[in-house]
Amino acid sequence: MRWVNRQVGRGGRVLLGAVPILLLLLVYIVMAASRHAVNPADKILPLPGAMAESMSALLFVPDQLTGQLVFWADTMASLQRLGIGLGISTLMALVVGLALGVLPPVRATFGPLVTGIAVIPPIALLPILFIALGLGETSKVALIVIGIAPVMIRDIAAHVSALPREQVIKALTLGANSWQVMIRVALPQAMPRLLHAIRLALGPAWVFLISAEAIASDVGLGYRIFLVRRYLSMDVILPYVAWIALLAIAMDMALTFLSHRLFPWAHGESH
Amino acid sequence: MSTLLSFRDVWVEYGDRIIIEKLNLDIEEGAFVSIVGPSGAGKSSFLRLILGQEGPSRGVITLDDTPLKPECGPDRGVVFQRYSVFPHLTALRNTILGLECEKAPVLGRLFGSARRAAVEEATEMLTAVGLGHSLDLYPAQMSGGMQQRLAIAQALVKRPRILLLDEPFGALDPGIRADMHALIRNLWRKYSLTIVMVTHDIREAFSLGTRVLALDKRRHDPHAPHRFGATVVYDLPMRERAEETEAE
Repeated sequence: MRWVNRQVGRGGRVLLGAVPILLLLLVYIVMAASRHAVNPADKILPLPGAMAESMSALLFVPDQLTGQLVFWADTMASLQRLGIGLGISTLMALVVGLALGVLPPVRATFGPLVTGIAVIPPIALLPILFIALGLGETSKVALIVIGIAPVMIRDIAAHVSALPREQVIKALTLGANSWQVMIRVALPQAMPRLLHAIRLALGPAWVFLISAEAIASDVGLGYRIFLVRRYLSMDVILPYVAWIALLAIAMDMALTFLSHRLFPWAHGESH
Repeated sequence: MSTLLSFRDVWVEYGDRIIIEKLNLDIEEGAFVSIVGPSGAGKSSFLRLILGQEGPSRGVITLDDTPLKPECGPDRGVVFQRYSVFPHLTALRNTILGLECEKAPVLGRLFGSARRAAVEEATEMLTAVGLGHSLDLYPAQMSGGMQQRLAIAQALVKRPRILLLDEPFGALDPGIRADMHALIRNLWRKYSLTIVMVTHDIREAFSLGTRVLALDKRRHDPHAPHRFGATVVYDLPMRERAEETEAE
């Protein structure tokens, strides 16, 4: 049978998907063990035991200075920044993207501005944000918003303006005004795309979050990673990276689930 | 019967390209007008003119003796070959939409007794087109024929002065098409509609229409084919037919 025709069942997919991950873990453990055989104090490739030990300190023992459980404080701080940044960006994408997509005068006025902002590398704006907004939470959230909002706005605007012209005409012949075309025709059809845009923006949002935290912060997942880097603490960095990956995957899956649940018509499931 | 729609010396030009030239035409109330003609003879432009999607370069179009604004409005309903229904709404909600737009300018939705009245009216219209049992289906769950039925119900619930059909049955297979012909003819009689239908199917044009208009170019310049526009070259009134000729 040719490979293009080989369908993999549900169980098979889980099994096949797990193989490379387990293989990678195995390779890591073998390499870590061989390094530790030569030098028991090796810090570059820590063994799982060492990772569990240093992580349990961060997870369960309150910090002497702040009295907080470091790991959870980091997680909450990062998720809060990410959540606010994503929330503001999503709202902007919806409002601005919809107006740009549906109303030609708005597109003519603000289209070039949005495009202009979108092509600026956001990290290049970070110094401006720090100078203008200080080193607090605002500048970190602002970096995430500036980084992902223009792309999301353009995505929604493109999606909305690509709706068949017939639909808009049909709505007009049903007596709709511009506002009603926006909220009854364009908005509902933009929603599944919006969730998709959030999924795609999650990656860049994490990049901007970690960058902002690495440069100026006193709590957060990115801050911790860059802090312990000074002590070559791979036993903290690796679990933190794995945790970030886990969080990102969970968010992605939640958004996919939400989209299928809320907008079944957009996924052709009930056909 | 009185004149509903009238064209007086209408031209459509894009730059130096002439699409429609010197069109003079009256369409009476209650007529079923079929428009035929070769591709590129301005059938779509003609429909866009009535629809208000574009205005004439020269001349006047009047509906009920008032000049037509170059903007689509609820007095002219339309059914396209595709994309006429909203994929994110069920059949019932697709049909209610027109009623909601009229009565709820800000929210675009009706509540309470106004909504119940709208639901009743929409249900009645959907039953009239044969979708009484599919109120809660999304368009993606419907066949092509059902989608066109829905598009017709959606347009008719607004009681338009004139119903425009742009190759409405072109994408359907022959059996379904015959059903749709019977349906549209019944609706035309029941609601005393005025219909303008653009079609590629000559047979359909003659079997449904009370009047068949052929659009084409009267003159042709082989060196500058774009310099002459199309107009009505044949205007054929169909005699009243008995019901039996509907057998296809």
